[in-house]
Amino acid sequence: MRLLEHQAKKLLSSWGVPIPRGTVLTRLSQLSSAARKTGRYPLIVKAQVYAGGRGKAGGVVKARNASEAKAAAARLLGKKLVTAQTGPAGTVVKALLLEEGLTLQQEFYLSVLLDRSRQVPVVIASREGGVAIEELAKERPEAISTTPFDPFLGLLPHQARRIAGWLEIPVPHREAAAQQLIRVARGFFSTDASLVEINPWALTREKGMLALDAKVTLDDNALFRHPEFDKLKTADADSPSEARSRLIGINYVGLDGTIGCMVNGAGLAMATMDSIKLNGGDPANFLDVGGGADVNQVREAFKLIVADRKVKAILVNIFGGIMKCDVIAQGIIQATQSVKLKIPLVVRLEGTNVERGRKMLADSGLGFITATDMDEAAKKVVAAARGLSPKGTVPKGV
Amino acid sequence: MSIYLDKSTRVLVQGITGRAGSFHAAQMREYGSQVVGGVTPGRGGTACEGIPIFDTVAEAVEKTQANATGIFVPAPFGADAVLEAVDAGLSLIVVITEGIPALDMLRVKSYLRGLSPKGTVPSIIGPNGPGVITPGQAKIGIMPGYIHRPGSIGLVSRSGTLTYEAVWQLTQLGLGQSTCVGIGGDSLPGTSFVEVLKAFEADPETKAIVMIGEIGGSAEEEAAAFIRAHVRKPVVAFVAGATAPAEKRMGHAGAVIAQGQGTHASKIQALQAAGVKIARNPAVIGRTMADAIL
Repeated sequence: MRLLEHQAKKLLSSWGVPIPRGTVLTRLSQLSSAARKTGRYPLIVKAQVYAGGRGKAGGVVKARNASEAKAAAARLLGKKLVTAQTGPAGTVVKALLLEEGLTLQQEFYLSVLLDRSRQVPVVIASREGGVAIEELAKERPEAISTTPFDPFLGLLPHQARRIAGWLEIPVPHREAAAQQLIRVARGFFSTDASLVEINPWALTREKGMLALDAKVTLDDNALFRHPEFDKLKTADADSPSEARSRLIGINYVGLDGTIGCMVNGAGLAMATMDSIKLNGGDPANFLDVGGGADVNQVREAFKLIVADRKVKAILVNIFGGIMKCDVIAQGIIQATQSVKLKIPLVVRLEGTNVERGRKMLADSGLGFITATDMDEAAKKVVAAARGLSPKGTVPKGV
Repeated sequence: MSIYLDKSTRVLVQGITGRAGSFHAAQMREYGSQVVGGVTPGRGGTACEGIPIFDTVAEAVEKTQANATGIFVPAPFGADAVLEAVDAGLSLIVVITEGIPALDMLRVKSYLRGLSPKGTVPSIIGPNGPGVITPGQAKIGIMPGYIHRPGSIGLVSRSGTLTYEAVWQLTQLGLGQSTCVGIGGDSLPGTSFVEVLKAFEADPETKAIVMIGEIGGSAEEEAAAFIRAHVRKPVVAFVAGATAPAEKRMGHAGAVIAQGQGTHASKIQALQAAGVKIARNPAVIGRTMADAIL
């Protein structure tokens, strides 16, 4: 689960890491009281979106007075922001963070994350804050320091001091910086985060070292032991469909194409999308109904897919192992009847009791297009989405 | 021969009284596995599907001489179940449980590193995978047995149903399997591609290897480096997620392109450079292998 900047900063502040004074607003009418609360101009108006690349896209504006703040807020709030990471569709700005303007003396990069290949937590730091760390890692890896630390002991004081020294943080601020490093590493563990990134971690004239921007991603698998995040559970969903899928226990990610997919298993679901693309089509979604999906979940999955108006045809690809194909066929028949499906549906079933399952689909009279392997299924659904194959055509030999 | 398990392996099921645990304990036994006991705290002295239940893994090992376990406990108790099995001295620990927090697995890995100077470190397969099967002999996991057939292709995968898909393609082409290993879809798997590849390369019964990866992390790149240096047997790979968007988790906890790392292109490039035959289309994984060993 991703957090917005203002949510991430609130967490950092609760860990004892200083942040600029700021106020969140979700309506333009809140602007003047938010400005009063935040302090004297200049103030910074920051769009609260999950995607990166916000600064370059005009999502962060310095306002020298009330009218500039109002203009910036009006331009951003409720409007679409297109950044390098959002794709051309952009993302709607639902909240703004208004922050005090501080004088930056130096900017650093800091993150704590799990190094998957070394299987240890690491602190990553650089003297070059404010830049994209991925680029820096490629071009000048020597500008980045990586410090692994023990998951039981946490980041030790001498490790924190060494990082602060390597960053050449001015001596009067070095001890405070080391303290902040230890707190961030501790907070990473206490919240089950998978990433805490402070970029820039800035030295300011007014307040010393503080977190000027922050990004936090939490481990979805650990949310069960963090009731404090319950309210945010669906907040970072990119669409109402994604939010809904989480509530019903289905993995769904919306995409830009026209072919809806329903698959059991995440790997097979990705492979099915790949197969559609290889055959000249574009998937409208990733959807994994899970290994033990029941009729209910299959029906809910269909509802999610047909709610997407871009979808011109649907591909169901199920490898029934423990889930038996005849049971799945029953679920598909019931689900399509209950959602009154009006677009072509290609079904590929394989696995336990497959013959019985295929016969049930053929006998249903619902005009399913069936396929026996993944490639055939992908070809048929791509053709159907282009309107080349009329609904109700059951190919010979099925 | 095979890797990890055969029909002589003595298997426990942790979480045997749960719905999945009891069902799969019976399925495993039916396939030929020696399921010698189950563990559910507080249910010791009873039985499930005719299999004796114990309160602790240590007690089960003492009474049954088990040397392997399949873990089906709920995610919040997953890491503890793994460590209980480690402490009881089991050499093969297969974790089916989905949803174990990453930091719990991190602590498990750290604990194991502390053990390693003393000698035997167990193989932990999973979490969040279908398990391990040696066709015709035994399985610890949830995969349907009948799609497999004994043979000489080793298969290692981060996925569940996509593994079944690949196995089924192989079986239909008459290409049987030596052992199939699902290392799981989490970001910190107990066993990596590299460790399984090493075992397959050393296994005289395995003639060729299918590897199924996906986006996220760098396990495929590390596997490619290992293959280049150490694997002489033919390797065929498919990597899922060519069409997956960045920064979105694709079902599996580990399947996410984060901060520009773990892209499909980078994995394919690394594997190709190591001489691995790539199946671009998931429908031709079996065919690609057939061509590679002709």
